[in-house]
Amino acid sequence: MDNLPWIFVSALLVNNFVLTYFLGLCPFLGVSNSLATSARLGLATTFVMLVTAVCAWVLNTYVLIHAPYLRLICFIVVIASTVQFIEMLIKKLSPALFRAMGIFLPLITTNCAILGLAIFATNRGYGFVEGIVYALGAGIGFTLAMVLLAGLREESELSNIPKLIQGTAMNLIIAGVLSMAFMGFAGLFSSS
Amino acid sequence: MKKNESYEEFVKGIWRDNPVFVQVLGMCPMLAVTNSAINAIAMGMASMFVLVGSSFLVSLFRHVIPKQVRISCFIIIIATFVTIADYTLLALVPAVHKELGAFIPLIVANCLILGRQEAFASRYPTRLAVMDALGMAGGFMLALFSLGAVREILGDGALFGFRLFGENFEPWIVMILPPGGFLTLGVILLFFNWFKYKKDEFLADVAEAERSGS
Repeated sequence: MDNLPWIFVSALLVNNFVLTYFLGLCPFLGVSNSLATSARLGLATTFVMLVTAVCAWVLNTYVLIHAPYLRLICFIVVIASTVQFIEMLIKKLSPALFRAMGIFLPLITTNCAILGLAIFATNRGYGFVEGIVYALGAGIGFTLAMVLLAGLREESELSNIPKLIQGTAMNLIIAGVLSMAFMGFAGLFSSS
Repeated sequence: MKKNESYEEFVKGIWRDNPVFVQVLGMCPMLAVTNSAINAIAMGMASMFVLVGSSFLVSLFRHVIPKQVRISCFIIIIATFVTIADYTLLALVPAVHKELGAFIPLIVANCLILGRQEAFASRYPTRLAVMDALGMAGGFMLALFSLGAVREILGDGALFGFRLFGENFEPWIVMILPPGGFLTLGVILLFFNWFKYKKDEFLADVAEAERSGS
């Protein structure tokens, strides 16, 4: 159990899903125009990740030993149903948030960060607790990256930027600089 | 006429509606595997196989699949093709498979593929759907290759593993690390914006000249 903090910090900072593995870029570039929406989407994604990690562990331990080639199809079906469930929940609890998220809520299904989490956790042979800690780290890391980019984009709305560079090109370059900053965390663990 | 139509569907994906540079879809595998040209090509081939295969099946069954559960059906069809591609690569080129790692199963979550099924393959006849898929996959491969080649040349001083420069070349390491992916794609998109801007300006000038001439 010594490695639990390591797993958490590694997923949160050193191997940040968005800035190092390039997972979940569609919502990262698409929804990050407002700070509040991106924080909420980040939390929804974190929740889906936690549920996915639990489901992936159950599937891996009891079902998929007998048929490993069905892994991808099983995972994607589980994720799709979880997202559907959360969508109904948010629609019921907060219709305003539901409208603000729009198309990107169902698109969590095709958010590669979630499927990537399930696959990475499987490949590394994480157990139940390790899987949950990993999901928590990855989800918070995703939220962190989203909020950072949203904050920078809100600031940049106020400044006078050439028309040519506005939009995705500028967002990608901002993300590149953020990613460079996150590379600084790579020295956090010398022996790994 | 019929031939032109399918040719049109094929060509539009490569340049005018290029999935990466114009529509900004399928970014995740795009950036993650393009640190060398050979990885980019392998990823492009796998995506092409999946896209063409699933477009064909979806278009074939477009009258059978009920509208309410279409997304789940599409995803299961795509996941099946991705599993085939995954195991095929593992059997044929284990080294490349190891390099691409978890990003091959992640083709399933490529928004480009699901997007084409929803927007095109589920509405048009099979022949057009396959042509559209081939064009889109071609455009995707072109984008992957250009990004992979730029990053490998700048970051490693090589292309497909062949050294391009002399001993004195100092590799620009950051280009093959994650930030390089974001920066290179940002600059390429900037170039596309500039191109579009110039073209609009030119068209506006032509329209202006015609108006004053007449």
